[in-house]
Amino acid sequence: MDNVLLATKNLHRSFGGVHAVCDVTFNVPPGAIKAVIGPNGAGKTTLFNLIAGTLTPHQGEVLFRGRRITGRKPHAVAAMGIARTFQTTKLFGHMTVLENVMVGRHARTRSGFIAGMLNLPWTWREDRQTRDKAMAILENLDLTSYAPETASNLPFGRQRLVEFARALATEPTLLLLDEPAAGLNIYETQELAELIQRIRDRGITCLIVEHDMSLVMNISDEVVVLDQGKQIAEGPPAAIQRNPDVIRIYLGDDHA
Amino acid sequence: MMRLRIYYPVIAGVLVIVTLHLVLAAADATYYMTQITMSAYYALVVIGLCLLMGYAGQISLGHAGFFAIGGYTVAVLTTYNLATHRSAPLVARCHSLGLLVEWQDLYGREILSFSPWVAFGAALLLTAIIALVIGMPVIRLKGHYLAMATLGFGLIVYRIALGTPILGQADGISNVPPFPLFDGLQVNGRAPFRVQNYYIAWTVVLTAVVLSLNLVHSRVGRALRSIHENEEAAHSLGVNTYRYKLAVFILSALFAAIGGALLTHYNGSVGPSEATVMKSVRYVAVVAVGGMANLWGVLLMGVLLNFLSLRGVFGTFDDAVFGGILIGMMILAPQGLLRASGVRAIVSRLAGRSHG
Repeated sequence: MDNVLLATKNLHRSFGGVHAVCDVTFNVPPGAIKAVIGPNGAGKTTLFNLIAGTLTPHQGEVLFRGRRITGRKPHAVAAMGIARTFQTTKLFGHMTVLENVMVGRHARTRSGFIAGMLNLPWTWREDRQTRDKAMAILENLDLTSYAPETASNLPFGRQRLVEFARALATEPTLLLLDEPAAGLNIYETQELAELIQRIRDRGITCLIVEHDMSLVMNISDEVVVLDQGKQIAEGPPAAIQRNPDVIRIYLGDDHA
Repeated sequence: MMRLRIYYPVIAGVLVIVTLHLVLAAADATYYMTQITMSAYYALVVIGLCLLMGYAGQISLGHAGFFAIGGYTVAVLTTYNLATHRSAPLVARCHSLGLLVEWQDLYGREILSFSPWVAFGAALLLTAIIALVIGMPVIRLKGHYLAMATLGFGLIVYRIALGTPILGQADGISNVPPFPLFDGLQVNGRAPFRVQNYYIAWTVVLTAVVLSLNLVHSRVGRALRSIHENEEAAHSLGVNTYRYKLAVFILSALFAAIGGALLTHYNGSVGPSEATVMKSVRYVAVVAVGGMANLWGVLLMGVLLNFLSLRGVFGTFDDAVFGGILIGMMILAPQGLLRASGVRAIVSRLAGRSHG
């Protein structure tokens, strides 16, 4: 299992009569950037929710580092080393940027209700370390100056970066990015591409759901294509670009 | 030290409490201290509710129920006369373990009942168990559904209090003995104990505030606020949202029960009026007007409004006033009135700095 970090096996999930994700099987090797593409409604976000534990699959399983994580709750999945960002950013709007990132340290720290209420000295130390780590992550993403700002006051592009920072604070092995380029202009998208590659270079595997083809084709090592819940292709970007099935779902039959 | 800055208002609070005592003593109006003491015990409920509503973002319209559970538990255990069962093995065993006390009531009757310490411990244990059992299914609900479920719980407690003979039905339970703490200190509502009870109540309340302040400034406090802001995101970052919501629900129930238990000893009685839905609405209204996630604002409003209510300032409109406050808050300032962000906005505006 050394060359497989995450594996989905025959994943299936339906909503009513709609098969949102149908028999999806693929592997994510460690250290890779893997992309999941497909038209709207292809089941990409549902797939993420199945991996992250927000939804339970009706059939199939998810293996992470060879261990079955199907049916585990999101907090348990996060503690195992899978972090995620959301299609529409879900920051804690009334909290500061620093606090947002500090919440990301939750699974790596341990002071509980009693210790917190009694303000035990070791919780001070832990909190200081949490703060230092969060600041280091913010610095790494050039967000230091935003640390004391209320998160909802930040421009949209920065908010997305804060969500990255928050996810990185969990010290993930695998990062799930749900349409990270949505709403970004071409310059911001270019910065994002560099950022994702930097994250990968630090040893964090990335699984990306994305619409922006140039981003996907530039940075991914492998691509999975979904259409109406079904997996229709998998392979390196160059091969995917030539795949007639992929061209048909994106451009219509005339172009195939 | 950042960590100590959160305690500055506690020092200010102590000064206000002592000053208030001296002013009332100088004005020969120490009788006001009785209602202030009672208000302080009611404030304990809203401090807990502030953690649940203001920080974790979960509503409860049933906290009068927990207050009543605390009050009724100590009332029953400290007044139920076991003298006639003295020779029963279980009673004898409790007696030899020192769990029982013998005392004389107002009419000079010999009473053998559980000691107030045992009753207090039992009240907390019972409240925690009930909060756990009710909370496990209910805390999964959101918004209106959570409000309705907790409302239902409050109604059930009220009906049980009203219909159960051992709980005194409509009359409630009177003749509850004082609660001797240590060194002659006791929770006792009679005039000679007025000043010491004023300080006992405030010690309990400020302890609750300090514990709560510590909590909201800790890792757990951050997690609770993150649940309030976006539960799905909090969950995805490793916060066990269900467990945290349940824990803070139980904690707030315990605060309410402590208030109920001590006020019952102080008043010497407890009645079904403590368990009414209007009492629960009142607590929610106080948290709203106090600024939701603002422990000091909630404490201030809790003491002030309950004091005015106990003095009879609102007359027969008592419940209407609190209902009106809640309606007004929801329309005008659903985020709460005394609110840190509001105060910050005003301060920064005065300082000539505009927020983008």
